[in-house]
Amino acid sequence: MFNKVLIANRAEIALRVIRACQEMDVKTVAVYSDADKDSLHVKYADEAVNIGKPVARRSYLNIEKIIEVAKETGAEAIHPGYGFLAENGSFVQACETNGIKFIGPSSETQRLAGDKIESRRTAIKAGVPISPGSDGAVSAEEAIQVANEIGYPVIIKASGGGGGRGMRIANNKEELGNFLRLSRGEASAAFGNPDLYIEKYLMEPRHIEFQILADEFGNYIHLGERECSIQKRYQKLIEESPSPIVDEELRKRMGDAAIRVMRSVGYFNAGTVEFLMDKDKNFYFNEINSRLQVEHPVTEMVTGVDLLRQQLIIAAGGRLELSQDEIQQNGWSIECRINAEDPDNSFTPNAGLIKQIIFPGGPGVRVDTHLYSNYEIPPFYDSLVGKLVVWAEDRNMAIKRMRRALSEFYIEGPKSTIPFHQKVMQDEDFIKGNINTHFIKNKFGEG
Amino acid sequence: MSDKSFNVEAPLSGTFYRRPSPDEDPYVEVGDKVKKGTVVCIVESMKIFNEVRAEKDGIIREILIEDEDPVMSHQPMFILEPI
Repeated sequence: MFNKVLIANRAEIALRVIRACQEMDVKTVAVYSDADKDSLHVKYADEAVNIGKPVARRSYLNIEKIIEVAKETGAEAIHPGYGFLAENGSFVQACETNGIKFIGPSSETQRLAGDKIESRRTAIKAGVPISPGSDGAVSAEEAIQVANEIGYPVIIKASGGGGGRGMRIANNKEELGNFLRLSRGEASAAFGNPDLYIEKYLMEPRHIEFQILADEFGNYIHLGERECSIQKRYQKLIEESPSPIVDEELRKRMGDAAIRVMRSVGYFNAGTVEFLMDKDKNFYFNEINSRLQVEHPVTEMVTGVDLLRQQLIIAAGGRLELSQDEIQQNGWSIECRINAEDPDNSFTPNAGLIKQIIFPGGPGVRVDTHLYSNYEIPPFYDSLVGKLVVWAEDRNMAIKRMRRALSEFYIEGPKSTIPFHQKVMQDEDFIKGNINTHFIKNKFGEG
Repeated sequence: MSDKSFNVEAPLSGTFYRRPSPDEDPYVEVGDKVKKGTVVCIVESMKIFNEVRAEKDGIIREILIEDEDPVMSHQPMFILEPI
């Protein structure tokens, strides 16, 4: 095992990594910007090094500086968390060049997974269904031809993309022509890659993803699915495991498909394969997330597997400790993302001072957050400030437990998504498991 | 500088950007004439990019914040002289 790990991240995920390291007797190095002097990850780590200005480009995205700190402090490995440098091929390469172990997949895998057109082809080769669409990047004329074949509506996506940027839904030829122009501009600006492709747009699909673990010896397992259909503007807000719609037979087929995709890009460490699912339970490969995900705790709660611990073991050259037969989903887990956003005002982010915070507790409740009373949420980073996760014997009990935990969660200061989650936990369709990615838009007019 | 000069203040706390993206030219330079409604900078708060516009016509006399530095809500960012 490593002696020392540097965490190239901040906030709750930095704490999650530090906690895993401490439980494995691994020393930790935190890095922080000028805005994060009072952050808990700085207090909890064995060492902490200031790496620059608040703006991420001058601190958490500064590859050279982070590598330099790793070398100076003698850290043998870097955990990137999620966001920032987690899926940045150049960063992985810089780690590889400098003899520092990146806790995640190789730079080559990152490149294959990050290119959406490339990963669609990978899925085809692996015999995994993809939604009908163009084979590779398209010009406007080609797009119109493909759309005529597969039928409208179609969705335009950017090959270099992610997070919904450059994505547009066209209902006819005129819209397609106009939206292609807009998306191409956006894709060039955001990703430096103007390549676009189109897919048949699925009406009200569910978003279901599979957690994969793989060691560097070619052993793969999946840890079941997460249902992440409650989203606004492609940002997840509530996740659960298992999915109310996936049975044992479907789980096996989807899990096998996910492993085939990961195998074909030479994936190792923890990663996720996302699928979209239509009303008839047909599933289509969406993308690979080559990182640990925000919503990983729901998988940990039902499988009892500590994903961070597994990441460290795999990165240190160990073999998978578990076989597929040993993975069981026990009970039900739900996660609500606590964002510093005003749910009554279009989810506008709001930073500021937490005057007082009281956390929920009791059986089956887990809170992953960097917040504490008198902490000031800086305005420079993501609005995700915590995750409230519950576990119970079944879905009904989990919803009741989540209601109870939400009612105990008290934040005096900036607005949060807690009141939004309280509404969802009382919603009849949610309670019935009757959900899709348009849930928030249909119920709340947002998203 | 005339005592009629006026400020453009940050509408909220966040990061001050002088340019639309790192490879592009700044929105404005000292000496530029701007019209009411001209975008003079961006303030990013929690990944939301807010364009900030001049409230009156004027000439940019001073830029008080370095590109990509933090700003506080209501902090003056530009001093302008009325035309």
